[in-house]
Amino acid sequence: MISKNDVTHVANLARLSLSQDEIDRFTSQLDQIIAMEDELSHVETEGVKPTTHITDEVNVFRNDVVVNDGITREDLLSNVPETKDGLIKVPSIIDKGETDA
Amino acid sequence: MSLLDKDLETLHQELVAGDIKATDLVEQSLDTIEQRDPQLNAFITVNAQQALADAVALDEKGIKAEDKLAGIPIAYKDNIVTKNILTTAGSKILNNFEPVYDATVVEKLSQAGMINLGKTNMDEFAMGSSTESSYFKPTHNPWDLDRVPGGSSGGSAAAVAAGEVFAALGSDTGGSIRQPSAYNGIFGIKPTYGRVSRWGLIAFGSSFDQIGVMTKRVKDSAYILTAMSGKDAKDSTSSKQEVPDFTKFVGQDIKGLRVAVPDEFFGDGIDEEVKTQVEKGLKVLEDLGAVIDHVQLPYTKYAVPAYYVLASSEASSNLQRFDGIRYGYRAEDVKNLEDVYIKSRSEGFGSEVKRRIMLGTFALSAGFYDAYFNKAAKVRTLIKQDYERVLADHDLIVGPTSPDTAFKIGAIVSDPLKLYYKDILTISSNMAGVPSASVPAGFDSKGLPVGMQMVAKRFDEGTIFKAAAAFEAATKYYEVKPSFKGGAR
Amino acid sequence: MNFETTIGLEVHVELKTKTKMFSPSPVTYGAEPNTSTNVIDFGFPGVLPTVNREAYRLGLMVALALHADITKYTHFDRKNYFYPDNPKAYQITQAEEPLATNGWLEIEVNGVKKKIGIEEMHVEEDAGKNTHGDDGYSYVDLNRQGTPLIEIVSKPDIASPDEAYAYLEQLRKTIQFTGASDVKMEEGSMRVDTNISISPIGSDKLGQKAELKNLNSFNHVRLGLAYEEKRQAQVIMAGGSVRPETRRFDEASGETILMRVKEGKDDYRYFPEPDLPAFEIEDDWINEIQSEIPEMPDKRRSRYINELGIPEYDAGVLTQTKEMSDFFEATIADGANAKLASNWLMGEVSAYLNANKLDLLATKLTPVNLSTMIKLIQDGTISSKIAKKVFQETIKNGSEPKAWVEQKGLVQESNPEVLTPIITGILDANEQSIIDFKNGKDRAVGYLIGQIMKQTHGQANPKVVNKILMAELNKR
Ligand SMILES: [Mg+2]
Ligand SMILES: [Zn+2]
Repeated sequence: MISKNDVTHVANLARLSLSQDEIDRFTSQLDQIIAMEDELSHVETEGVKPTTHITDEVNVFRNDVVVNDGITREDLLSNVPETKDGLIKVPSIIDKGETDA
Repeated sequence: MSLLDKDLETLHQELVAGDIKATDLVEQSLDTIEQRDPQLNAFITVNAQQALADAVALDEKGIKAEDKLAGIPIAYKDNIVTKNILTTAGSKILNNFEPVYDATVVEKLSQAGMINLGKTNMDEFAMGSSTESSYFKPTHNPWDLDRVPGGSSGGSAAAVAAGEVFAALGSDTGGSIRQPSAYNGIFGIKPTYGRVSRWGLIAFGSSFDQIGVMTKRVKDSAYILTAMSGKDAKDSTSSKQEVPDFTKFVGQDIKGLRVAVPDEFFGDGIDEEVKTQVEKGLKVLEDLGAVIDHVQLPYTKYAVPAYYVLASSEASSNLQRFDGIRYGYRAEDVKNLEDVYIKSRSEGFGSEVKRRIMLGTFALSAGFYDAYFNKAAKVRTLIKQDYERVLADHDLIVGPTSPDTAFKIGAIVSDPLKLYYKDILTISSNMAGVPSASVPAGFDSKGLPVGMQMVAKRFDEGTIFKAAAAFEAATKYYEVKPSFKGGAR
Repeated sequence: MNFETTIGLEVHVELKTKTKMFSPSPVTYGAEPNTSTNVIDFGFPGVLPTVNREAYRLGLMVALALHADITKYTHFDRKNYFYPDNPKAYQITQAEEPLATNGWLEIEVNGVKKKIGIEEMHVEEDAGKNTHGDDGYSYVDLNRQGTPLIEIVSKPDIASPDEAYAYLEQLRKTIQFTGASDVKMEEGSMRVDTNISISPIGSDKLGQKAELKNLNSFNHVRLGLAYEEKRQAQVIMAGGSVRPETRRFDEASGETILMRVKEGKDDYRYFPEPDLPAFEIEDDWINEIQSEIPEMPDKRRSRYINELGIPEYDAGVLTQTKEMSDFFEATIADGANAKLASNWLMGEVSAYLNANKLDLLATKLTPVNLSTMIKLIQDGTISSKIAKKVFQETIKNGSEPKAWVEQKGLVQESNPEVLTPIITGILDANEQSIIDFKNGKDRAVGYLIGQIMKQTHGQANPKVVNKILMAELNKR
């Protein structure tokens, strides 16, 4: 069973805000879908390796050579809602810091 | 008769001989779009000016005998990026997005001289089986305007079936080329995973997605697929496997072709008329010399749950980049960055997309990964092994493409689970990465097209072309034209 | 109550490549905003990553230099989180099967040697950069987005701030010698995050960790950890408990300051990156890389001590950087005496670099010029006083010492046939000095040499002068 709290938690992780109505609807729909997913628990998978890539390729590397695709900074910024001096402008970040790479 | 009803070879000969011009084809296409699309909504963007300009330039240059595809009008599903042409993936969140580069398939087909007529409607981010979840408008089925065209490549399928364009590309993550092809009575092929570069395809489920071709005729598809396949350095998952000339398989006889028919594809939930039609189709194959064998794919019943876990998980991550920062829709009235994210995404995504994002985020979240994502990935292994086992001693797996024919618009849009099970017959091919096509197989009693699915070994699209072309030659279902009935307001 | 300390270090090092980890745009430093980017770095819809072979190779090289076990079957994973410097909202990294595991480094603190374990290391992409304006907006530059990184995570073996310092120094040196990175904290090519906990001595349970971030030198790491050790002890002694929090080191006060308290674990929803096929790292490749790793600083150091007779301290200084060590070896390979070469590099060369704030490779000094100069001193062609002039000339202008010395007429006069008449002349003119010498007054010799040097403008070879002078004096 998935609870409304679970739904709200997952929505937070996904940066979605849901109305009360949506929370109700998603809770019941996700509950049904997850019940379907739980069918998987009936499958014996002892010793089975997961498949996360379906390609036959392996060891695909690129050489360390700069490729100039002719796309300029102006092109790259052309869809950005707001820019300043070649920078992407965004409303202020509350938790000011940097990503922990 | 419309010029676009002819086959590619005929058009090509006429173009080379100067009997017709590329401009004629583009005009024919634009005229049909003008006439039909107000009812169909197959297009999100019609690329009229550029297409005409390209046709004029091509006519001036002249079309050479070796340029088989030159001057032929094509449309692209709107999740395939096109430089400087609006590309929305059927979503509000990209309602203003103009890509700065072309997808590899667009680059290759443009290089071959195909003319881009525009971008076709689709379920938002390719999530759906009816094209009803498009932010812009639902597409209607040309065989019955009150019905859906299937999805998610419903715009591409309807445009081809209605003669608005000669061919269209679609994308297929769990059946999104084959099911609408079946609903529209056309030939649609999802190639082997890795056959066609995904560079420029807006990702849904990255380990499932493949771009494929939708045409009325099998050989036309073979021409186009040959031109767009092959290793692309920009897509590490694309295959180095040599690309054969797929047209060579058209016309070969199918005597001795070993056809596997899985019992699971004729079980409960499959419409009786669909079964009957596909069984008739199997008889045709048998008459042509194929050997029919009944087999089991026992893990098929787990394909739907496993697929929805895995594809939704990948989608939840793939769709995180739509955050209102660098492109696409940004919500108004935002106070801080969190607002930009949350409001842009909440206002920009439709409910089916949110549902899948939620499902995928849940399946990957702390404490649930092993029970959902990892479990489903193991079940995927078993499904793949099912296919490998059957295809080890068969050339083709054949069954219905979809459990039913086109349903009424609005009929099941509110029941996601029911909609998910519509993909039950197509999903396994994506789970196993094998090539899979839908071939027109006649009509039900309502006059709606039925599709027959053909699945082959990895990188053996050739066998599909061989069998589909032989079947087409024996049945000629492409001669029946859609009626455009219904649609009364 | 007495406590023992457990320190963990997470070090990010930029790998020195021409292009990014997953895109063929250039890696630059200090370029105009968003100019070293492409559609991949911007995370446009439809783009796909490709793996830079050179970045992976350098990662393997670092792993091998740290004696780690290379993971043969591996893949990349996605780490999901939203931030404007992270355009895809996921970082491509290695979580499930990192590049390598189980490495180690040997450190020495107060003469005691200790092995510090390395849990794992993985390659990944760096994020872009946010700057926070005071206008209520933040500004994003994606130039750094995608720069290849290797992250190195230590085992909980580090027991003091001094050990942490020694570990970082040893790690920096080792990586610097592989050539995989510049490892400069001031330029951000090496970044250090730490965590520290204390627990009562003998307790088998680790204490609650606090994280320490935004550290911009090894010394700050040491000072910050030392402060944190004391702070945590005070908290516990006062009956409180350490919170799981992130703190930063404040340079001005020397204290650590709370940034945020961590609530629950971050949920990054890791899963295998579907856009990149898996890897099967071949033994041949590993062996090839192993054979390309230059001799490491510790080995060089003991070789300098044992085979070249260089004092321990000097050998340590010479192996601080690969540039210095390589320079030293090239100088002696050209025939210079090892001790003299060491003295020059430790003395005049280092003084010059410090005074001018230069890197060795940024000067015009070459190993061959240095060894030529040293040989000129050894064979008596120039005096060590003149040598200082020659050194300034060759390091500043790159002049070839032999040619320059000849051109400037700085060659030392060592020919007895030239020097003897001068010396006898001076003796003839200084009868009193001869008498003083005979009476045992050593001062007289010094005076006479001074006179000789004066007359030869300082170019007489002191050794030869001394020899002739004594012989001539004894004749009188
Ligand atoms: Mg990491
Ligand atoms: Zn990291």
